[in-house]
Amino acid sequence: MKRTALLASAAVLAMTFAGTAYSETLKIAYIDPLSGSFANVGDQGLKHFVYAADLANADGGIGGMEVEIVPFDNKLNPKESLVQLQKAIDQGIRFITQGNGSSVASALIDAVEKHNRRNPDETVLFLNYAAVDPAFTNDRCSFWHFRFDADADMKMEALTDWLADQEDIKNVYILGQNYSFGKAVAAAAVRMIEEKRPDIEIVGNELHPLAQVKDFSPYVQKIMSADTDAVITGNWGPDMQLLIKAAGDAGQDIPYLTYYGGGLGAVTAMGESAVGRVKQITEFHENMDGGEAHTARMTDFEDEFGGLDYYYHRVFTLMEMLEKAVEEAGSTDPLDVANALSGMEHETVFGTVKMREDNHQLIQPMFVSTLSADVERDVEGTGFGFITDPDGRIEGEQTMTETTCSMRRPS
Amino acid sequence: METVVFSLLNGTIYGLLLFMLSSGLTLIFSMMGVLNFAHASFYMIGAYFAYTIGATTGFWVALFLAPILVAALGAIVERYGLRKVHTNGHVAELLFTFGLAYLIEEIVKIIWGKFAVPYRVPDALDFPLFQLYGTDYPAYRIFMLVVSVTMLAVLFVLLKKTRTGLIIQAALTHPHMVGHLGHNVPQIFMLVFGIGCGLAGLAGVIGGNYLVTEPGMAFNIGPIVFVVVVIGGMGSLMGAFIASILLGLTQTFAVAIDTTFAQIFGFIGLGPTTELGALSISAIAPMLPFILLVLILMVRPRGLLGEREF
Repeated sequence: MKRTALLASAAVLAMTFAGTAYSETLKIAYIDPLSGSFANVGDQGLKHFVYAADLANADGGIGGMEVEIVPFDNKLNPKESLVQLQKAIDQGIRFITQGNGSSVASALIDAVEKHNRRNPDETVLFLNYAAVDPAFTNDRCSFWHFRFDADADMKMEALTDWLADQEDIKNVYILGQNYSFGKAVAAAAVRMIEEKRPDIEIVGNELHPLAQVKDFSPYVQKIMSADTDAVITGNWGPDMQLLIKAAGDAGQDIPYLTYYGGGLGAVTAMGESAVGRVKQITEFHENMDGGEAHTARMTDFEDEFGGLDYYYHRVFTLMEMLEKAVEEAGSTDPLDVANALSGMEHETVFGTVKMREDNHQLIQPMFVSTLSADVERDVEGTGFGFITDPDGRIEGEQTMTETTCSMRRPS
Repeated sequence: METVVFSLLNGTIYGLLLFMLSSGLTLIFSMMGVLNFAHASFYMIGAYFAYTIGATTGFWVALFLAPILVAALGAIVERYGLRKVHTNGHVAELLFTFGLAYLIEEIVKIIWGKFAVPYRVPDALDFPLFQLYGTDYPAYRIFMLVVSVTMLAVLFVLLKKTRTGLIIQAALTHPHMVGHLGHNVPQIFMLVFGIGCGLAGLAGVIGGNYLVTEPGMAFNIGPIVFVVVVIGGMGSLMGAFIASILLGLTQTFAVAIDTTFAQIFGFIGLGPTTELGALSISAIAPMLPFILLVLILMVRPRGLLGEREF
């Protein structure tokens, strides 16, 4: 009896000592808004990571280590994010992930790059799951940054590929939020439409102030008098919801091609007015057929988190690829892991995905889907959900864009 | 022409919604001399109450019940919160309402969640009323117009034609005199605060499903309401009314104007490729209320119809 107690305490002691030199848990810092007005979005992402970590842990962990997601609240503020990043590094965390806000991602990329140059023995790896500014994999690319979501240009590439086959769309109207992202979307749309369907006339190209417009009916009125066949918008949040609501009220019956039509809260707020009209371009929606195991996982996820929708499939892709990279490299050193991730191919239930070697952007199939009332899995309990369009699957290679990245690799 | 008609209609309705919010705020201000930062929060509570009550009783009951409940809540806040803080001066009151706004938002998040709730226009009103130049005009907007105008009329009669209204008006300007005459002034304050909150609640009931009912709605509309009160003149109901309609109309009309600054000021050499020149009137529409606010404060600090300065 006494002996076992002694043994146990010795083991505990040994583990604590071992912990300082070699950690038995693989910690991933999750730096995203967990308070303030975007807390709900950050919270949703966190739950996906926690669930993905639980999945990995139930199956022997990553490289034999237990995965732990450590949340850090950045309040969606770049400055605060750097403080949180430092906190994470001080705790010995070598892997960080973030997704909300390209301004935050931008600050983190710079900070990680700087840190790794100064501390080559203590490098940090940044796994980006949602910040989509194209610059991060072009001019401002970094060896230490990997992106698992398609960037804004790639999404537009996919969307315009789909548009190229829509014979009956002759005029489009572009409406966006007046800040870097909205401008990037508008510029990409104009450029790519000219290239793929020169016959399409862009009858309107307008930016409205970010998160300020309460009543979109004047804009809808303008769109309607421009006599257009489709609207392209990168709007998200309330700007997205109010726009669609106003369009529904005016009885406008044309497709809205969106980036974030399925984002958190959007379908609930838009309601029936959006059915059949709102289309989105994403790498995933719940009604894609990923086999039984995948469906069971989505159901289990939603049961565990009180009906929260399974939205970020890419978080699971991220974790699976991280696991593969750690196992291939046989180490958890960020440098080895990054080298293994670079150029890695991976099988998901929706096809093969590939991490580009030249700019660390994940290439994955994209899907154009439409909101429908006749679905198996709905969004936020509304009874409405997304269904892939007949010719909605855009293969990954088609979304590849030229990159201006010249990556500095550590020697 | 069609743009003008639509902008007139939409602008008036938006303006009336603003007035419903700002009328309560301006009443409370003239009474207590303090801007109620939590005012827009009562608007939000109104929307959430209507959503919850409406789920069981239907929209029409909620339309009456929700504002009454919000008014009661407002009265309680005044009686057990503000009145205690009042003795410590205006700054304390200001801070109290400021904190209250955040508190209410957090409580709403706890009860109803962080996301938008599916608060919808009732089926009976969810149809296009008429067509104008090929565009449907939703019946619900006209309903909002009717509710707002009715409320305006009731408020006018209450304040100008009834005895209670007379006492309230007197208490607003000469509380001590009214007190000496034997009226219970604190109770009048509570009544006015309650009515003000109730009006905000009513705005929430009819505005919540027209816009979006979510925890951020109070902070979204709050600043505009303050602008209305300042432009209209602190404490002036008529001023608030004019300012609301003015703001509603400028904002909707501005959106429809594609003219850029280069086209307007081209004669002084402003090029269309410069940062300022490329800006169109429609792009600065949401900024206009604040430009107006600054201008009014510079030119006429007491507002359009206000009787006192800050």
